[in-house]
This record gives sequence, structure tokens and C-alpha cells, in this order.
Amino acid sequence: MSHVASMHGAVEPAESPLTPESWGKLGMWIFLAGDAVGFGTLLAGYGAMRATSADWPRPFDVLGINLTAAMTFLLICSSVTMVKALEWLGKGDRTRTRVLLFMTALGGAIFVSLQAYEWTHLIHRGLHINGNPWGASLFGTSFFLVTGFHGLHVTGGVIYLLAMMRVVKRRPVPAASYNAVEISGLYWHFVDLVWIMVFTFMYLL
Amino acid sequence: MATAEHKHPNYMAIFWYLAILTVVEIAVIYMPLAKFTIGVLLCALALGKAALVAMYFMHLRFETRTLGWVAVTPLVIATLLVFLLLPDGFAVVKKTVGVKAATTETAPAKH
Repeated sequence: MSHVASMHGAVEPAESPLTPESWGKLGMWIFLAGDAVGFGTLLAGYGAMRATSADWPRPFDVLGINLTAAMTFLLICSSVTMVKALEWLGKGDRTRTRVLLFMTALGGAIFVSLQAYEWTHLIHRGLHINGNPWGASLFGTSFFLVTGFHGLHVTGGVIYLLAMMRVVKRRPVPAASYNAVEISGLYWHFVDLVWIMVFTFMYLL
Repeated sequence: MATAEHKHPNYMAIFWYLAILTVVEIAVIYMPLAKFTIGVLLCALALGKAALVAMYFMHLRFETRTLGWVAVTPLVIATLLVFLLLPDGFAVVKKTVGVKAATTETAPAKH
């Protein structure tokens, strides 16, 4: 039990915290729940605008899904390297952990690069935030807003993971950074989870 | 500081489930099904994938139940919001259609 948790136990013995081993984990979960409301609101707004629009373009025809399907696969792979990083840290292998954290960050960086490529391509074809050649102007607005908000999360995640590589290296023993890496993993998997939703609702549906 | 380490599930199995479900999703949009059926299938597949990520990658399955409620709340709020927004959206559509009908009706009366 961590120092904070044991202190808490001394004050309020009757309460059992939601995440007994780490307050940081609870903090991240609450942040993610709030962030999920942000994404949920964006997607709900998107759904309502699209359902009530007469000339909403069919995303599948306009956006294409080959590249984004590959991007989806890439994020799933980066989630696997993330869980493997934590698994190796639990076994005490910091070098492997850092390599896997780097691969996860690299996956995120490639994802954002592909998104930049996709955006450039679509902008050249006429998709703008305030209009497009295919129909409802809100199509472009919602597309750039939602994918951009997600892309910012991935960018933030890459920086977060690179910082975690440093944390793993600097803390004296592998166990000292286990909690911190697990918490960063929660954030990374959340970004993957949100992309699963965005891919389905904004590209496939 | 001791770390409370839970058992690691078989992550590679989860990875394959996610990969297969993604392929199924892409296959579904090419299937000769009604638009509504495709929509329902895609929503179900997406929720299934999201659940796999949350339960196993984010270890929600090994956490307390209350934390699960914290995680599910945003989904409930977003779903409710869709139903709160839709009537308003459809009302606007109805109104615009109504205005168009009215103008076409009044137009011949001017002559």
C-alpha cells in the first residue's frame, strides 16, 4: 500500500477507495471520464446535425477508408506495445519497457503524421472547415473539429509517453515507476478507444 | 513502495479480437443490408471493441465496480444527449420544409 493510501486509512478507516493502490489512477480515471464527456458531446452533436441534414455527404465516398483503416490498426498495435511495456516493467526489465514505450510513442507519431497527410489531401480536394463541394458545410466543420481534437490528444500522448521513458530511467527501481506507467497507459488506451468510436461514426457509418 | 500488480490478461488474444472486429466492421459496410441494419451492426461492433479496450487494456475488469460506473457515465450522457438534440433538429427541418411549402403555396396567389 502506498504512503498516501495508508495515511488515508488512518484518517478514515471505514472508507475503501475506488483504486486502493493509487490515488493517481483514480485521478486519471476521473480526468478521462471528463474528457470522454467532451468527445461524447462532439460525437452526439455530430450525430444530431447529420441526422437532421438534408444534404450530408456520405463520408465513406468522400473521405475514403483505406488510410484510416491502416491508422486504426496502427493505434491498436500501439496499445499492445503499451500493455507489453507495463508487463515488462512488472518483471523488472526497464530496458525492454523503455523500448516498448518508445515504440508506442512512435506509433502515435506516425498516426499524427498520417492524419496530417490525410488532412492535406482532403483540403486540396476542397474540404474546408466552412464548406465543401459535396454538401452540408457542417460536414467539414465537424470532421476537422473531431479528428483534430483527437489528433491533439494523440500528440499530447506522444509527449506524455516520451516523458515516461525518462521517468522509468531515472527512478531507482522498476517498481517505483510502475504506477506512473500504468496511469500513462490508461490515457493512451483511452485515445485508442476514442479513435475506435471516431472511426466508426465519422468514416464508416 | 510496493506495487499492487494484478495478473496480466492475454493481451495478444485481445489484439487479435480487435483486429478481427475491425475487419468485420469494414466488411459490414460492403454487405447488401438495409442502411439501418448496417448502422446497428457498426454501433454494436464499435461498442464491443471499446469494451475490450477498457476491460482488458485499461484493466477495468480488475478494478472495483464503482470505477466501472465512473467509466460508463460519459457514454450514458452522450447517448442521452443525442435523444435530447434530435427533436430540436427535426423541428428545424420541419419548419424549413413548412416555410418552403408555404412560399410555394402563396406564390401563385400573387398572380
